Amino acid sequence: MSELSRTPLYDLHVELGAKMVPFAGYNMPVQYPLGVMKEHLFCRANAGLFDVSHMGQVILRGADYSDVARAFEGLVPMDVLGLGLNRQRYGFFTNDAGGIEDDLMFANRGDHLFVVVNAACKVADIARMKAGLSGVEVIEVTDRALLALQGPKAERVLEALAPGAAEMRFMDVATLSWNGVDLWVSRSGYTGEDGYEISVPNANAADLARALLASDDVEPIGLGARDSLRLEAGLCLYGNDIDATTTPVEAALTWGIQKARRTGGDRAGGFPGAEQILREMAEGATRKRVGLRPEGRAPMRAGTLLYADESSDQTIGKVTSGAFGPSIEGPMSMGYVDKDQSATGTRIFADVRGKRMPAEVVAMPFLPANFKR
Amino acid sequence: MKFTEEHEWLLPEGDLVVVGITAHAAEQLGDLVFVELPEAPMTVSKDDEVVVIESVKAASDIMAPLDGEIVEVNEAIVDNPTLVNEDPLGEGWFFKMKLADPSEMDGLLDEAAYKALID
Repeated sequence: MSELSRTPLYDLHVELGAKMVPFAGYNMPVQYPLGVMKEHLFCRANAGLFDVSHMGQVILRGADYSDVARAFEGLVPMDVLGLGLNRQRYGFFTNDAGGIEDDLMFANRGDHLFVVVNAACKVADIARMKAGLSGVEVIEVTDRALLALQGPKAERVLEALAPGAAEMRFMDVATLSWNGVDLWVSRSGYTGEDGYEISVPNANAADLARALLASDDVEPIGLGARDSLRLEAGLCLYGNDIDATTTPVEAALTWGIQKARRTGGDRAGGFPGAEQILREMAEGATRKRVGLRPEGRAPMRAGTLLYADESSDQTIGKVTSGAFGPSIEGPMSMGYVDKDQSATGTRIFADVRGKRMPAEVVAMPFLPANFKR
Repeated sequence: MKFTEEHEWLLPEGDLVVVGITAHAAEQLGDLVFVELPEAPMTVSKDDEVVVIESVKAASDIMAPLDGEIVEVNEAIVDNPTLVNEDPLGEGWFFKMKLADPSEMDGLLDEAAYKALID
């Protein structure tokens, strides 16, 4: 196995007492001394600082934004051209079968498109963009770290360091200045809370993290709580809940496909797998990603098989993520079930250690989001 | 107090022993979110899987440390699994057993031997 990479915050994680684990080729903090449960609750009540520097940051540059946007629309089923200046959108790369190759965030920065992709997929994503975007320069940003500051007190904490943060709305992006350092900031995240993702030069990343952690309202949060936070928010983890074999329709992510790219839109289709995806949007898919609330306290973890009743041998689906939700004070799962069992309120059964345990199909998020729209 | 290589502790209490998991085990598991206890009384053999615990990370089985009968279980940790993290050697106990052969306690690890195991 090749050596694990370190983010610019590695020494700080160790100093803070983090337990480090391998994740997507990086040595990352899974938890700090506070522990997963308390980190989760602290983030929802105050603010949490996450190191997400392992993710890929990419600049796409062309003659002008519209040239880049048109090219990028050939890889994703999103309305990129219609995205406003300094606004960000959720998106995903699709393949010819309509599956999802990665999910991502992209922002209109005027003279370029700024894209953030998952760590485990970034090499393939960059290769895809280099091959698929003619006339566009694909620049991987390797000299900047990425921090996330999430939670109801994030606004106050960041505004005190980098004025301008408070006036941003959800999914705005801006360049803010901190001690003369340019921060590329978006008001977004992966927790269901208000908050920011902050791209900072590697050389300044640890200092910025320390400045944020100096506030009593901020604690460092590891990958463990990041996972329970995102799951309570109903957000997909690429590789678990969505992958190259799940389509956006099956994954219930069609909200991410804007009107312009749908059948009848100004620029309908024209992305990989368009035929399959647009047909499923019209006719429905045979399975669907749903939320599940187990009736007992036992979590139904990833891989747990699902059944329509207590005795049937025929599976109707599988859990793709499952954990205990500290804020909802109970277990939660998401997974795929046959279309017939996907309606909210449907009672299904899961095989937990050889026992059939009941669960209810519920709407997500499990916990309402707290965004500054 | 005696210990097993499976990170359980046993404390004699009258003619019973109280069984729980060590502070080291509780820390390694992380915050517990679910505990499923057996129904007492229950006759068990050494290494029977008698308790299921789930932490924020994963599920684990707790095994009977010796042969005997489980005569009482700690319902408080079902209602509040984090008791196991907060006080693993006290209020976070799992069950009380009547050992088939109390002399088998002598074959378990003492504190020094357990400490050597986890260092």
